[in-house]
Formats: sequence, structure tokens, C-alpha cells
Amino acid sequence: MAITDIKAFAHLTEADIEMLGQELDAIRRSVELSRGERDAKYIRRTIAAQRGLEVAGRAILFGSRNRWAWLTGTALLSVAKIVENMELGHNISHGQWDWMNDPEIHSTNWEWDQTGPSSQWRRAHNYSHHTYTNVLGKDEDLGFGILRMTRDEPWRRVHLVQPVANLILAATFEWGIALHDWDAEKELSGHPKKWNSEPNKEFARKAARQVAKDFVFYPALTGPAWKSTLKANATANLARNLWAYAVIFCGHFPDGAEKFTVEQLDGETSGEWYLRQMLGSANFKAGPAMAFMSGNLCYQIEHHLFPDLPSNRYAEVAVKVRELCDKYDLPYTTGSLGKQYLLAFRTIHKLALPDKFLKRTADDAPETSSERKFAGITLPSLPTAAQMQETWHDTHIIPVDPATGQRYGLRSAMQEARVVLKAKAKHEKEVLREARRALKEKARQEKQMLREAGVALQERARHEQETLRHKPFWAKATRRFG
Amino acid sequence: MVFKNVREWLEAPAASVAERGGRLNVLRGAVARVTTPLLPDDYLHLANPLWSARELRGRVVEVRKETADSATLVIKPGWGFDFKYQPGQYIGIGILVEGRWHWRSYSLTCPPNWSEPGHGGKRVISIAVKAMPEGFLSSHLVNGVKPGAVIRLQAPQGRFVMSFPPPDKVLFLTAGSGITPVMAMLRGMDRRERVTDVVHLHSARTAEDVMFGNELRALHDRHPSFSTHLHLTGENGKFKLTDLDERFPDWRDRETWACGPAAMLDEIEKHWREAGLSDKLHVERFEAERSAIGEGGTVTFAKSDRSVEVDGATSLLEAGESAGVQMPFGCRMGICQTCVLTLSSGHARDLRNGDEKREGDKVQTCISAAAGDCTLEI
Ligand code: FES
Repeated sequence: MAITDIKAFAHLTEADIEMLGQELDAIRRSVELSRGERDAKYIRRTIAAQRGLEVAGRAILFGSRNRWAWLTGTALLSVAKIVENMELGHNISHGQWDWMNDPEIHSTNWEWDQTGPSSQWRRAHNYSHHTYTNVLGKDEDLGFGILRMTRDEPWRRVHLVQPVANLILAATFEWGIALHDWDAEKELSGHPKKWNSEPNKEFARKAARQVAKDFVFYPALTGPAWKSTLKANATANLARNLWAYAVIFCGHFPDGAEKFTVEQLDGETSGEWYLRQMLGSANFKAGPAMAFMSGNLCYQIEHHLFPDLPSNRYAEVAVKVRELCDKYDLPYTTGSLGKQYLLAFRTIHKLALPDKFLKRTADDAPETSSERKFAGITLPSLPTAAQMQETWHDTHIIPVDPATGQRYGLRSAMQEARVVLKAKAKHEKEVLREARRALKEKARQEKQMLREAGVALQERARHEQETLRHKPFWAKATRRFG
Repeated sequence: MVFKNVREWLEAPAASVAERGGRLNVLRGAVARVTTPLLPDDYLHLANPLWSARELRGRVVEVRKETADSATLVIKPGWGFDFKYQPGQYIGIGILVEGRWHWRSYSLTCPPNWSEPGHGGKRVISIAVKAMPEGFLSSHLVNGVKPGAVIRLQAPQGRFVMSFPPPDKVLFLTAGSGITPVMAMLRGMDRRERVTDVVHLHSARTAEDVMFGNELRALHDRHPSFSTHLHLTGENGKFKLTDLDERFPDWRDRETWACGPAAMLDEIEKHWREAGLSDKLHVERFEAERSAIGEGGTVTFAKSDRSVEVDGATSLLEAGESAGVQMPFGCRMGICQTCVLTLSSGHARDLRNGDEKREGDKVQTCISAAAGDCTLEI
């Protein structure tokens, strides 16, 4: 079972969490107060650059029958679509630029270059996903309803095709998102069935327009080059889909991005909400260019803490959040893009299998753990541990090491757990090897005994024969005629 | 028939953004079909902000000092501006200060279809702004805006207007910057050479504070049927309405337009009501540029035609729900932007950080509370 009690899991007291929340609020406030001309310029320039790239790409594709023109046009268009999707569509729809009060750059009316209508995405993403981040059964983004991304979810037979489903999802990511948001919208607006409901109409309109634009109008405009333009558009969409998919998966599914149960939501304080966002997401390391191309979602942790702060400020926020993690001894999950993706990739493939093939449980698996993981783990490195009271909860909340002044929290506990679990595994292996050795020895002995018995038997037979051969003739004759 | 449908279909994508475009809409619509979800404007206004049809834009072409603390801004509106408004109407303008757009409304001081000589007959409009002691935007407009600045504009609106032809006998009662809409009326009458019997009583603190002083004098010289009477409150205190009988004995016969501080207008309304002349009185209330007053207040939901009294701790979302308004919401904690609505008047306060929101701002209703009376567009 995933985390049910974030306090216990995080090794923090109520007061700690409250304080942490206040420190995060302060970070938020300092960015809010310093938002200004520089940030406004950033988004306006990004918009202008994106439009420029798109126009240039489309223009070059008029000559797309030429190989170089095709490659250049497709590359420009791919980049344009990625920027539009990540840095503009995603971030503006989050309200990151609403403070500018500019109706043209505002969450309430920004429409993005993707299959699904922005409004439906906003509802599913901003509301369902960002409010209930990683809460099982509440956050539909956990595996997008297709993939089993945590062993908290019972295995079903369809999960066997997960490796293939994953590839399809990656290639058609915009459609995956669009359908997923459409469903959520129908659910949330209470129109699940009626075929001509508003969500259905809206979806159809947007999807038709998108398809028509990329696969009919623009190819047709380029006349004789229509075929190569069509291919270019499809390729650009594919590139954008794969990249968006990779960024999202790296932000949510590497090891260390924890899952929670609905119990955690019960009376959740704002500090706990912050903490859940922090523990539930993961970053990946990126330089400025890659950060920009990912819509600054390489700072997924910061984004989940402050979804509506301008994306260009996440880098500086990240420094402060890391400091807080150090202070409260909390893990800050990050790694290279490749590593983070491989971790997610491993989970996808591992969890395609039924539970009986999996070694760990949902309490101490790499992709989901819970406070129960620490039960029964003794902490030899901490002298104070012994003096602690009896209950599990108390032995695990050790605010500060009196000797070093270093706070003891989740990060250390995780490390300890890793060491202890490793030691445990090693020990088990050792025991196993020992047992095997003993068994082998026994087998050898038995074999030996058997061999010896065999030899003895043979010896006896030989002896008997010998005796028989040397019996006097009369004895033989008697037997024959007697 | 078929053609009409095709045309409608073509125009549809641009219909909401370019209703003023006329035949151009077909082209805009057709282009929009191809550039979806972007609209032609998304490209056009990058080239020239004034070409935006999504929203009216304008460019400040001149800033002219009127008095020490007031100035006239001459603005050239962008594509699609309708110059056929009525004198006395006001206009919403948005101005960019440190990356953020601020909205305020100001009376147009120019009559419709008015061309400022010296601007080559270019079609321009003007507003006059008086810097308020605590009004950071009005001070910025008077002292900070440079010619060339691009601003956002709203179509002119308001019912404080003078129809044409003007009534035979007119009384203007103004104070402070309340003179601005009246100036538009006067200039309109002047331009059409129809200045009837008009008396104007203007209150200002000192003679230096009078906006458009020279122009008023020149108007009187050209049209003796018009005269302005100054009442300097610095020396004489507030103008007493009981003095009207003495100064303008025929005030009851005059069609009256009054504009100035709320307290003055309240008195005037009362005085006219008592005289049974309410239908001869036109009043314009400026929402003075001031910061939020107090905590809580009456929240009005304009489209649902409901209102409710709340305290300063109740969110606008809760207020709406308690009044039975279908409010949009999601997270109810300020992160999802589902609940965003436009504040069409009054003030609200962000409960998380105390930030003040005012008329024209979009507010997250789940984390904002009323700061004084306010109206939401729902
Ligand atoms: S309901 Fe989510 S921001 Fe207000």
C-alpha cells in the first residue's frame, strides 16, 4: 500500500510540516513580488520566437520535395510545436502569466496546437492532476488509465501488453492526452453518455480542426509538394509527441516519485499538500536549452509546488527548494534525463508482469513505498535511537542529531533503509548459500555412502561367487542330482 | 444560399474577435481555418500591435500637460475602432506598467470623428487624466507615459451623453476631473457650431487646478451664449446648492449634466429629486481611483442578477454558492484556475497574500474575498 500517513513517511512532526509549508509560502511570495517586466518580456519573446519558427518552418516546407528543405522545415516545425506545447500551452494554461492581466496571454483563453481542447485539458490537468497528485484512484494521470505504474494497482491480464501500449502512447501522446481529458471532462461535467453533449461537440470540433490543418490544409497549400509536406507535418507531430511523453514520464514515474492513498487526503493541511507534491514528482537535470524545450518541466518538483508561478523562475526556485530539502533531510529526486527515463521504462516493463513475479511489495518497491517500509528497520548509526520510546512512530521521528545538529529525516531513513535492505538481502543470500552448501554436502555424503554401499555389495557378490566357484565338486553334484 | 453558408463557415473562426472587420472577416476567417488554433491576429499583432482584432489597441501619440497634476493623452486607436461614439462617454484603457496591464476608465474629452489639428487629420481620440494622490496608475499616466506607448482600449460606453441637437438651455455642474466628459460635450457643440444657452459651474481648489482653463475662455469668446463660472473651494468652501437660485435663477429650466465626487453628486441628486426634476438631471459617477476599502461587502453577480452580503474572510466562490449562483470551481485552493472570473467593479483581495484586485482584473474566486462592494461577471 502506498503512503497513507505522510508525516510518518517523511519522518517529520506536524510542526515541522507546518514550518516547511511556511518556508515554501515565503518562496512563493518572493517570486510573486518580484514578477515584472523581465518576466513579461520573457514570455512575449518566447511567443514571438515560436511564431517565427512556425512560420519559417511552414514556409520552407513549400519546397519540401527537396530533401534539405524537408529536413529543415520539419526540424523547425518540430521545435515550434514543442515550444508551443511545453513552454506556451502548458504554462500559460496553468495561469503562470495571468498576473500580467493580458487577455492574449491568459489561462482563460489560450488555445494550444494539440488535438484536445485546452479547456478540457485544463480541467483534467490543472484540477484533477495537480490537486490530487499521485493519489491512487484520484489522479487519473497515474498511468493514464492504460499503464500500470505502481503495484498498488492490481495486475490484470491486459497489463501484459503494457510494453506495446507504452510505445503507442508515446507515439500518439497528444491523442492519448486528448481522449483522457475528454473522458475526464465528461465525468466532471456530468455528461457521460449523451452523444451531443457540449464536451463531445467541443472535442470533435477541435480534433477535426487539428487534423484538417496538419493533414489537409497545409499539405494542400503547398500544391505539388503536398505529399512531402504531409509527411513533414506528421513527423513534427510525432517528434513533439515523443518529447512531451518523455518529459512527462521523467517527471512522474522514476523511482522516488511516491504514490499516496486517499486516506492521506483526509484533512490534509497545506503543508502536507506541499510535501505530497514534493515527494510525488521528480526532476531531471537539464541545461538552459533543454530546460526551455521541456517547458521548464525538468523542474517538475518546483512546478508541482507552484504550478502558477512563471516557468522562467523555476530554476531559481529550485535552488531554494533544494536547500529546504537539505534542511529537512528530505529526498530531492533528480537525475539525468536518460536515467530518469530508464527508471520509468523499467517500471513499465516490470509491472506488466503479475505480482508473483515481483519480489517487492507496494510498501518497499522502487516505484512506490510507504511508511511501513521503515517498520522493523533498526537504526544502528543513531545512538539516540535506543533511548527513544517504544512505539514505532516515535522511534522514527528523530528531529535532530544532538551531536551534529543534523536533522534526521526521510532522506537518511531512505539511505538507511537501502543499506539495511541490502544487508538483509545479502544476509538472506548468505543463508541461502549456506543452506545450499549444506545440502550439497549432505548429497555428497549420501552419494559417498551410496557408493560405498554399492562397493560393499559388489564385494559381497564377488565374494559369494568366489566361494561358489571354489566349492568342492561333490557339493555341486549333490545339488544337481540330489 | 450556399454561398452564404460558405461565407458564414469561413467567417466563423474570426467572428468573435473581429466583429468590426466587415468584408475582411472572410479573409481572416479563411486564414484562421488554416492557422488554427492560432488566429491571424496572433501573427498580425506581432508585426504591429495596432492590427490586433482580438482586442482594440491604441498608441499614445502625444502627452500634453493641462495643469501641474493633469495631462491630456492623445491616442491613435488601432484597427477596428468605431469613432461613432457620443460625447460624454468613457473608454476603458489598459496600460502596461512593469509587465502588468492595468485597467482604468476615463472619459473621452474629444467629440466623435474629431481630428486633432497638427496630427495631419489622423483619426485620434483623447482622454484627460488627473493624478490622484494615491493613484499609482493615474500618476503614471500623467508623468510616466511617453508618446509611442501601446495601450489596450475598450469600445466607448456609458450613458452620460448629450444627444444632438443639444437642448436649448444647459447647465453643467462639474468639479475636479469631472470636467472631462463635459469637455467632450462642449467641444462637440463647438465643432458643430451649435452652442446653445449653456452655463457651466466648475469647482476647483485653486485657479491653477482648473483643467482646460484657456480653452473654456476661448470658447466663451467665440460663443457668448456659453459661460463658465469658477468656484474656488480653497477660498470659498464647497459650493452650496442653495445658491443656485441666486446664481442661475433659471436652473430648473435647464437640462443638467453633473460630474464630480460622489458626495457632491449625492447632494445634487437629492436636490433635483426634491425639486421634482430628476428626469432633467444626468449624472456620471467616477469611481475614484482608490484602493480597496475595508473587508467584505456586497458581492453582486451581474449576469445571475443576485447579490449577497459577506465578510472579509468568505471567498467569493463561497459567496456565490451561498447566493445560489452556479460558480465554476475545481481545486478550491488556488492552483487550478478553474474558478477565474472577471471583476467588473469594486475591489477584491487575494486571501493568500493580500494582493488587491480591482475592476477589470480576473480573480480566482476560491482564494479571493470582497474588499468593499464588488461585482462579478457571472
Ligand atoms: S478552484 Fe482551483 S483555482 Fe480556484
